[in-house]
This record gives sequence, C-alpha cells and structure tokens, in this order.
Amino acid sequence: MPVQPRRAFDSDAATETVRLSGVGFGYAVTHHALRDVNLTLPAGSFHFLTGASGAGKSTLLKLLTLAEQPTAGTLHLFGEDATAAPRRALPAFRRRMGVVFQDFRLLDHLSAFDNVALPLRLTGRKQADYADDVAEMLDWVGLGDRMDERPPALSGGEKQRLAIARAVVSKPELILADEPTGSVDKAMGERLLKLFQSLNRLGTTVLIASHDEGLAERSGATVLRLEGGRLTGGAA
Amino acid sequence: MIGRLFNSRAPLLPRDGGGEAWLGGLIAVLCFLACLSAAGAVSADRAAHGWARALRSEATVQVRPRVGETGAEAAARAAQTLAGVEGVSEAEAMDRETAEALLRPWVGDAVLPDLPVPHLVTVRLDPIAPASAVTLGRALAEAGLDATVDDHSQWRGEVERSAGLITVLASVAFLLTAGAAGAAVTYATRAGMAAQSGVINTLSLNGASDGAIAGLYQVRYGLLAAGAGAIGAGLAMAMLATLRVLGGTEGVTPALPLAWADLLILSPCPLLAGTVALVAARFTALARLKRGY
Repeated sequence: MPVQPRRAFDSDAATETVRLSGVGFGYAVTHHALRDVNLTLPAGSFHFLTGASGAGKSTLLKLLTLAEQPTAGTLHLFGEDATAAPRRALPAFRRRMGVVFQDFRLLDHLSAFDNVALPLRLTGRKQADYADDVAEMLDWVGLGDRMDERPPALSGGEKQRLAIARAVVSKPELILADEPTGSVDKAMGERLLKLFQSLNRLGTTVLIASHDEGLAERSGATVLRLEGGRLTGGAA
Repeated sequence: MIGRLFNSRAPLLPRDGGGEAWLGGLIAVLCFLACLSAAGAVSADRAAHGWARALRSEATVQVRPRVGETGAEAAARAAQTLAGVEGVSEAEAMDRETAEALLRPWVGDAVLPDLPVPHLVTVRLDPIAPASAVTLGRALAEAGLDATVDDHSQWRGEVERSAGLITVLASVAFLLTAGAAGAAVTYATRAGMAAQSGVINTLSLNGASDGAIAGLYQVRYGLLAAGAGAIGAGLAMAMLATLRVLGGTEGVTPALPLAWADLLILSPCPLLAGTVALVAARFTALARLKRGY
C-alpha cells in the first residue's frame, strides 16, 4: 500500500507527538474520569492503550482529539500547547490526526467513497486529485466494490473498515483509534493491525485503545494500561 | 473511476426536505409581497409626481371686475397682461361654461345658474423657468387689476407629502419583509443544526473549521432563498404584467399607473433574498458553533 507520511519529524519541537503532564478530567466535581495522567508519545511510536470498560480510554482519546479540554494539567500536540486551544485553532490540530471512533461517526447521507474522502475534501482539495487515493484505500480495506453504498447498507465490520479508511486516507501524523477491531473478524483484525503497523513504519504515531490485550501483545507495541482513570503501566 | 474525476460532489449536509420546502414557500410568499409593495410604491410615487408636475406648471388667477367693467372683460384683460409676463407660456380667460363644468361635479346642475361663478384665468407656465406667483401678482397690480393668484403650492405640497409617506411606508414594509425572511432563515438554521449535530461533530473532528461549516449553511439557505425569491418575484411580475395589459398606460387606476419598466425593479429580488438568507445563516451558524451548537 503506497502510504507516505505527510511530514518528516525533523525538528526538536516535533519529536514528541503527544505529551500529557498531570492531566485530569472530570465530568463532575465528584467524578474524575482521568487523574494525574503523564504520558509522552514520541513521533513515530506505536502504543496500545488497554483497560477495562470505564477505565478512561475513550475519555483520554477525547482529550487527544480536542473534543474535550483537560480540567487539570497540560496537553501538548505536535510540540504545541493544546491544553486550552480556542475553537479556531482546532482544525489545524485535527487535520494532522486521523481518528477511528468506536461508534464510527460515518455520514449516512454520503457514499462510502465520499465518507473516506471527507478529510481530503475538507482541506479544499479537488476530487480529481484524491479520487485514486480514496479508491485505493477502499480496495485495501476490502470495500472497493462497495464505494457507492451508503453506511446504512453496510455491516458493522464494513462500517468499521470504512471508518479506518477515512482516518488514514490523509496520511496523518497521528492516528488515534478507539476499539478499531471491535466489529471485525480475527483475520480482518490482523489485516487492519498490519495497516496501522505499516503506517507506523512510515513515521506515523499510532495510539490504539482496545480491550483486546491479545491483539496488543501480538502487535509488539508498547502497552499502556488505564485503571480507574490512572495510567498504571507503560507510561513514558 | 473515470466518472469520479468529473462527478459533482455530494453535499456535506444532509437534505432536510420538509423543513426546506416550508422555508422556501415562506420566502417565496414574503418576496411576492415585498415585490408588490415595491411596485406599488414606485407606481404611487410616479402618480404623485405626475400630479405635482401638472400643478407646478399651471396657476389660476381669480379676477374681480372693477366698477363699470364686466367679469369677462376683466378676465380678458388679465389674460392679456399675464401673456406678456416672462415665464408664462400661455394665459387664457376661462369662459362661464368651462367654469361651470369644473363646478358641476361638486354642486350639481340645479344651483349652478344661481351661483356667482368666479372669473378665472388659466395660466400655463414655462416648464423651464416658470414665473412665480409674486411676479404674476405684481404684473396684475401694475395693470390695475384686482386679482388673486393661486400657484397650487398648497395642493402640490399635500401631494408630495403623500408620495413621500407612501415611499416611507413601502420602505418599512420592505425592511419588515426582509427581517421576517432573515428570522425564518435564522430559525431554520438553528433547527437544522440541532437536528444535524452529529454531522457537524463529525465534520469538525475531521478538520472542518467553524467558518467552513457555517459556509455550508450559508450556501444552502442562500441558494434556497434565491430560488424562492425568483419564484416570488416571478409571480409578482406576472401579476403586474396582467394589470398592465388590462389597464393600459394609465394602469388599473390613475393612482397606480404601471409601466413595463416597473417589472425590472423586481429583478434584484432573488439576489436580495439570497443575500439576506446568506447573512442570517452564516451569523446564526457561527454563533451556534461558538456555543457548542
């Protein structure tokens, strides 16, 4: 698969793709989803984030996608302070990352092709410039013959592959994936893991949140563990 | 695959069929009413200015005969005097039959023979440099005539004030219509964003800026309003054209003389409707995005 990293990590500021320092997050004063999380993801690293349901994996990914802001500590992305980034600054951060959501977040009124093309289209590129890349990506995730279908016509596994294709099609510097193999069979899970590994070999930083510890161990990646909102293992 | 290189791209916002049809219909009706009020204002203004122009180009002189002189003789002498004044194109003494014809609609035939009909002179003024009432009065006094000059300034003022009032009322009606259209688009944008919060969230998480998302709404509602404005203006044009054909150059009533050119002033309606909707949708969307929609 001809995936190329979009940017080279050649400056000191960019050697850390993600840095969390003393990060906490609470949905209410008495309920803290994350407590004092310290985590660094060097550029080009591959990490798995594991933990039981409710441990805080999805909350941590929400902070990294800037969907929420930490209530304590600091968050740096791509060498820049994103702790309290204003809304106008969010697109620039988000265009450098690809996100696979647990609930897919596909646009039901668009075809599979248009869903995958979304990040490219939002950068203002012309369809003629990216049509081949999108088609190739759909082929790679096994949806090449279904590019005109809309998400409601796809199975859960197909939706998940579509969501992954959308996350990686723009060759982002950081890929965040929340349970990306949760709805696919084992063979497709292994294939998708290889996709993430090949992207990582080309310089992309990858963080996958998953409760599948077997997959995490087979990947050979560094495994981080969240328990009760605290990072208990593998933190840098 | 080749087709994808040329196909137009699917809209990023899903269609809201029922709501958009309702909004389009409402804007079309508003534009239809706005066009009628604009055409009515132009027409009434034209009528008022026509009347004012006619009044401005004429003066009426009432002559009171002296002892030993008949009214007709005094009127003839006044007409001769005024015809020589600079700024007067023509002066003509009004005979009794003509004066009675003017009074007949007001008092009827029965009393006319017993009425002391005033002795009048109709003065047509030079349209470029008309003589003033003072000049006419001075000329009559120098000729030894006892006369009163009426330059119709009181009537003319009333007519011009009425025309001004109609223009103001039409402008207020237009602004209210534009405001109503803007309010409808604002409501529709808010409702649309509430219904499409998941789509907006996905667009935002994939790198869309607030300005780009607001742009989707402004284009959608701007085009919708422009189309609805074209329908409303088209219906108004058809209605006015029918009135023009039925009424001829004088219009259906002398108070509303229609001209074919009046139809042209309605042509910017789609553009105006689209602009109002575009601005309303953009500001509403940006405000909602700032508040977390």
